Amino acid sequence: MKDIEMDQLFQDRIDRGEVIEPRDWMPEKYRKTHIRQISQHAHSEIVGMLPEGNWITRAPTLRRKVALLAKVQDEAGHGLYLYSAAETLGISRDELFHQLHTGKAKYSSIFNYPTLSWADMGAIGWLVDGAAIINQVMLTRTSYGPYARAMVKICKEESFHQRQGFEIMMILCNGTEVQKQMAQDAFNRWWWPSLMMFGPPDAESTHTEQSMKWKIKLKTNDELRQQMVDITVEQAKVLGLTVPDPDLKWNEERGHYDFGKIDWDEFWQVVKGYGPCNKERINARNKAWDEGAWVREAAIVYADKQAAAKDLSIAV
Amino acid sequence: MSKEWPIWEVFIRSKNGLDHRHVGSLHATDSTMALENARDVYTRRQEGVSIWVVESINIAASNPDNSDALFDPAIDKAYRHPTFYKMPKEVKHI
Repeated sequence: MKDIEMDQLFQDRIDRGEVIEPRDWMPEKYRKTHIRQISQHAHSEIVGMLPEGNWITRAPTLRRKVALLAKVQDEAGHGLYLYSAAETLGISRDELFHQLHTGKAKYSSIFNYPTLSWADMGAIGWLVDGAAIINQVMLTRTSYGPYARAMVKICKEESFHQRQGFEIMMILCNGTEVQKQMAQDAFNRWWWPSLMMFGPPDAESTHTEQSMKWKIKLKTNDELRQQMVDITVEQAKVLGLTVPDPDLKWNEERGHYDFGKIDWDEFWQVVKGYGPCNKERINARNKAWDEGAWVREAAIVYADKQAAAKDLSIAV
Repeated sequence: MSKEWPIWEVFIRSKNGLDHRHVGSLHATDSTMALENARDVYTRRQEGVSIWVVESINIAASNPDNSDALFDPAIDKAYRHPTFYKMPKEVKHI
């Protein structure tokens, strides 16, 4: 069959709502797009551990410390679910890491911002995980089976991440004036980068149209961003925090909040590697990889020796 | 680049009385490490009471291209289902 006919049959399957599994025929571009998107998602989980790991030893109470540890451990797990899903498309784990370490693969730009105070742990859980959940709930219905299944597991676990973040914010907002200011300061710094997490505006998003057709994405960047604004503005009211956007206004006609212009120049600067922490994050990942090399090698040698000893004992 | 650790498929029984179910995969050098990693990656919230791990290369899978030949013959065999057989209303417990 010609490629063009195969493509059409594939599109028909997607349109019927069928789920695509690893060994099914798929257009090369579908495979590549998924490898790019799933691995980018996996890298985000792994790099996302760094800004929060920074605060584990300085958590203010044991309760906060166990929660943050559990959250960061979940992120490692989520990264692993996603790497496994990407590998079903025929790329190796080593190659995926190589792409991250050399800067060939991207991860969510939000993790290139620094975590300056304890309130940032609250803001990240509430806003960054909040934005991630909006995106991930959509992805539980994506057309590629292993990705969708990983998303279901991740969504089940992620809700606690957001709630522990909101709780941190709530305690600070009900605390002293200084604590409240700390929460407001974190909110000011994380609000706009959180909105950028949904990616460039629809008009400039190069992948959106094809991704929607293949049901890799079910909502556009701007639709998801609007959802985030509408939900979060109401939550900020409960906290008594001010959204750092003078143009924010309820639009009765649309039934949504109108919000100010996003600084897309800043977004592209950070994507291109010039954010405050890009170098630090990549260096940390490379360091972990390089310093773990002897462990990876020793484990293989040990397993081979054990297997050889077992073979020998069977032979005798 | 050094040799990559092999991939293992992980199956978990969520509670006794249920089947082990495939939950995902991971990398490990041997079955002991695969079980330990599976415990950390897939059962952080009491998801299971038993874990199986199988090295992925040991799984033989049917080819989706042959699905028609493999599974279509069952389509027109309605007589393998109890509803195929008409029973009079007055017949009970059958």
